[in-house]
Amino acid sequence: MMAAALILGFSSVALLQFFVSYCRSIIAASTAQPLSEQVREVTGIRDRQIRGEEFLRLLQLTSLCPDSGADQTAITAVRAYFRIVSFARVALRGVIPGIVSWTEAELSGCAHFAAVALDRRISHSRNLMAQQYSRTS
Amino acid sequence: MLSLLDYAIWILTSVLELGVLFCALRTRSFFRFFPLNFYMLVAVMCDVARFAILRHYGFSSANYRYCYYYSDALLTICLFFALMGLYSQVFKEMGAAIYVRIGAVVVLVLTAAVCFVMVRHSQHRIATRFASELSQNLHFVGAVLTYVLWSAVKKLHETRTRLIQFTLALGVYFSAFAASFAMTVLYPSSPYSGFATYAMGLWLPLAWSYTFLKIPESARLQTARVAAGARS
Repeated sequence: MMAAALILGFSSVALLQFFVSYCRSIIAASTAQPLSEQVREVTGIRDRQIRGEEFLRLLQLTSLCPDSGADQTAITAVRAYFRIVSFARVALRGVIPGIVSWTEAELSGCAHFAAVALDRRISHSRNLMAQQYSRTS
Repeated sequence: MLSLLDYAIWILTSVLELGVLFCALRTRSFFRFFPLNFYMLVAVMCDVARFAILRHYGFSSANYRYCYYYSDALLTICLFFALMGLYSQVFKEMGAAIYVRIGAVVVLVLTAAVCFVMVRHSQHRIATRFASELSQNLHFVGAVLTYVLWSAVKKLHETRTRLIQFTLALGVYFSAFAASFAMTVLYPSSPYSGFATYAMGLWLPLAWSYTFLKIPESARLQTARVAAGARS
């Protein structure tokens, strides 16, 4: 029983750490990619840094475009991470004052990831339409 | 008895495992990450074998039970070697790949010995109990070793994005299963175990397919930006 409780404790902490790091690796990989003018036009985003509040709106726009491959897994993982960070922000704001600026940076990263996913899907849709057009003409 | 949902998830898992192999071949990464792909190949073969035995002998037959536990132990050993493959890649430049191989065999033998000590007093089905115990313990050992690998990746400033994502996805898989087995011991009627089995069966092929497809081999990442708790 004692061993099982210890294993459960270690595994739960490790699971959370691995999941958070995995989501951050996906977000960090997307931050290197600049947003196209096209996606800025569609979303109305002008600033270099996207605010965290834009994340859900960007995901809604992403869901309107056809899936460009295996990015649904990453979107689901980042959505879960967004919820965890939002929860931590609300729950720990009173205890750790510095957490607000940290969570804002994290949520902004999530929003940037969603914008990159939208960008990918828009260009994928354009390619599909171009292929369709070249077949019919 | 398996429900329609069980069958659907089973088939979906097999399709996703095949998807990993397809993605690896498409991105010409099959041999670069051979231990990971070999695991997926064995997983597909086990799925087919389990399904054939299920159809022939039925769900509640001893044949299916034996097949399930032995194939599960085999898959866990393959996944353990997939993890060692990631270790070899991280420590390749240090020329420590041979030590990693020796260490892997030693850990595997020690885990097997501990499992044998745990089940040796069983009156019957000692081999099945051994296979089941080995699989459970290897998941925990896998979680610990992945944690050690992740610490080494951070310490050595490893920047290969693919390697980082494969390691982290595997860490999620091992630790979720280890937590699930511990939960089953502490709370036998908890539904978490069944949920974890299904969710992780889908998680690993989905996460690895994403990495093969969307992350180019040349992609680099600073681990300091990825580690949990670090500032972006």
